[in-house]
Amino acid sequence: MNRFVYLRDVVTLDLDRDRCIGCGMCLEVCPHEVLRMNGGRVEIRERDACMECGACSRNCPVSALSVRAGVGCAAAVINMILGRTDRPCCGPDDGCGDGSKRGGSCC
Amino acid sequence: MSFDALRGALPGRNAWILVLDTRGINVWCAAGKGTFGTEEVIRQVEGSGLARIVAHRRLILPQLGAPGVAAHVVKQRTGFAVHYGPIRAADLPAYMDAGGRATAAMRRKDFPLAERAALVPIELIAALKPALGIAIPLFLIGGIGGPAGYWSNALRDGGFAVLALLCAVIGGALLHPLLLPWLPGRAFAVTGLCLGTAVAVALLVLRGGIGAGWPGRLEALAWLLAIPAVTAYLAMNFTGCSTYTSPSGVVREMRWAMPAQIGLAAGGLGCWIAVRVMAWGGWG
Repeated sequence: MNRFVYLRDVVTLDLDRDRCIGCGMCLEVCPHEVLRMNGGRVEIRERDACMECGACSRNCPVSALSVRAGVGCAAAVINMILGRTDRPCCGPDDGCGDGSKRGGSCC
Repeated sequence: MSFDALRGALPGRNAWILVLDTRGINVWCAAGKGTFGTEEVIRQVEGSGLARIVAHRRLILPQLGAPGVAAHVVKQRTGFAVHYGPIRAADLPAYMDAGGRATAAMRRKDFPLAERAALVPIELIAALKPALGIAIPLFLIGGIGGPAGYWSNALRDGGFAVLALLCAVIGGALLHPLLLPWLPGRAFAVTGLCLGTAVAVALLVLRGGIGAGWPGRLEALAWLLAIPAVTAYLAMNFTGCSTYTSPSGVVREMRWAMPAQIGLAAGGLGCWIAVRVMAWGGWG
């Protein structure tokens, strides 16, 4: 259903359904319809659509969701490998760009 | 910038706008870094004395700010309930008219052609800068060997090498973002490799095919290795701009793609230099 799908079976999204109180906050923040409500609790609808932005876990009041959120760009990974921790992403300081090097939804 | 987009999207509406300073960085990136975050929201709500300005206790935050803001913590500490509005400011009037309800389409982040096209100039400039540094040595090495004098060789063979590099950059920074949904493969390194191979074949065909004998074959092989390597590398870097790649996925593809790209590029460069050395030594 989604034209844009990334790699299979790689995301770190985890849901503890026993903790879920069905508040629906995660459904509100997810930009890729990864989750859905089922019987008053949330369930994972399409795990591979998750981009690990961390919005759901941060906004879950009962910590039922967990995900290793981070910067999803190759430049950041290269900087990490090279030990350039002062430049976590594509930008000059702490940001992910001053708009001159990268735009859009980088990081 | 986000502030102006917001104002522009709400003509004739009477509403207070609480501004968070992300130092010019867009909401999504700033949320990822925490500059658009729980603490900043709380600081601005308290600092502006918002509780004294408005009677209600509702904040509408952009949905793409959610990776940085814990709604329940804001509520706990300020008394303001956070509601996540739609992704696009343009959908805000419809969201507000519907009583604070966003449709599924308003909540979904897609990646349409127009957005991908908008990234092309940035990608091109970012790629062309280092490419220029590679083009100069390529041009100079191109002068070695060959039938004519150094500079006419450099112009012919070195010039073609620079053209090949340019094609690889155009493939990775221009064609790849535009053609993304139609390219085979899921990993960006794979889509880039497929596209780069097509670009290399097209370039060789347009030139009039493969040169004579082993040097000709080796030279063609050089471009079939090097162009896909460069295009795949640039394509892989586009993961940072895409709206659906996960960090875990990027790490997974880079683990095999980086060594492969380095290998292909080194192989291609090796073949090309070997052809030059052969010509210089009189084997061509």
